[in-house]
Amino acid sequence: MDIRYYIFLSIALFVIGIVGVLTRRNAIIIFMCIELMLNSVNLLLVAFSKMHHLANAATNPTAGSDGQLFVFFIMVVAAAEVSVGLAIIVMLFRNTHSIDINFLNRLKH
Amino acid sequence: MAITQILFWALSVLALFSALMMVTSKNPVFSVLWLIVTFFTISGHYILLNAQFLAVVNIIVYAGAIMVLFLFVIMLMNLSKSTEPQKSRWLKMAGAVAGGCLLLVLVAALRGTETRMAELGTGKIGLIQNLGHVLFTEYVVPFEIASILFLSAMVGAVVIGKRDERPAAVSEEDIRKVEEPKEAMNLS
Repeated sequence: MDIRYYIFLSIALFVIGIVGVLTRRNAIIIFMCIELMLNSVNLLLVAFSKMHHLANAATNPTAGSDGQLFVFFIMVVAAAEVSVGLAIIVMLFRNTHSIDINFLNRLKH
Repeated sequence: MAITQILFWALSVLALFSALMMVTSKNPVFSVLWLIVTFFTISGHYILLNAQFLAVVNIIVYAGAIMVLFLFVIMLMNLSKSTEPQKSRWLKMAGAVAGGCLLLVLVAALRGTETRMAELGTGKIGLIQNLGHVLFTEYVVPFEIASILFLSAMVGAVVIGKRDERPAAVSEEDIRKVEEPKEAMNLS
């Protein structure tokens, strides 16, 4: 499969995530859009690793494993990020009884 | 058209559709469910690319753990009612236009790249034997650092999520005030 289709699919998913972050005010949905952006990048990394493997498999039989391990580490970091972020959202909800992201304006004062 | 290409297009259309539904649905629970559909289609893409380890890990970690955590928080806060305050229409339109501009610029910049093929369905680098070998030889130090990251994330989540001490003390006093008249009634 042509690599450009994967590039365009990942760009489209990433832009959908960005539009979600820009247009929604619910903190949990903004968080989910960030997860969507991380996943689009993961998909592109895997596609690139397979492309690299196809080009260099003759000289190095494990060419391209690095990209897939990067995806693995991105998933690790995403899991840690989600646990801390949801704890922050729960604390925000406990203090303000809302998860409107505009309440975070109060951090200025 | 080969079967893998048909699967690729079907999975791509489903992924984009479910991502759009995730962004546009009013109810947060439906948003979570559509995002789970998106993750399953991305796992399908991984299987199509013969990255089977990542496909399984994606389903287990994202659809199984992270999304359940999201659902748990939404149910716990009783947010399933769509009471979200909306942004003004102009702000929404500005966000959509900004995203569209980004899409336009990225597609225009990457349209003329050379065509290289990504292999579908063959190749052994995505299997767990190869990835495990590379992970525990070349990448063993980042693997251990990831465990420290998880420990600190766990401690951080517990510390942030812990209830404050002061409101608890106030509530104990309130309970005592409420209970005193009952005892007086019992004595009389």
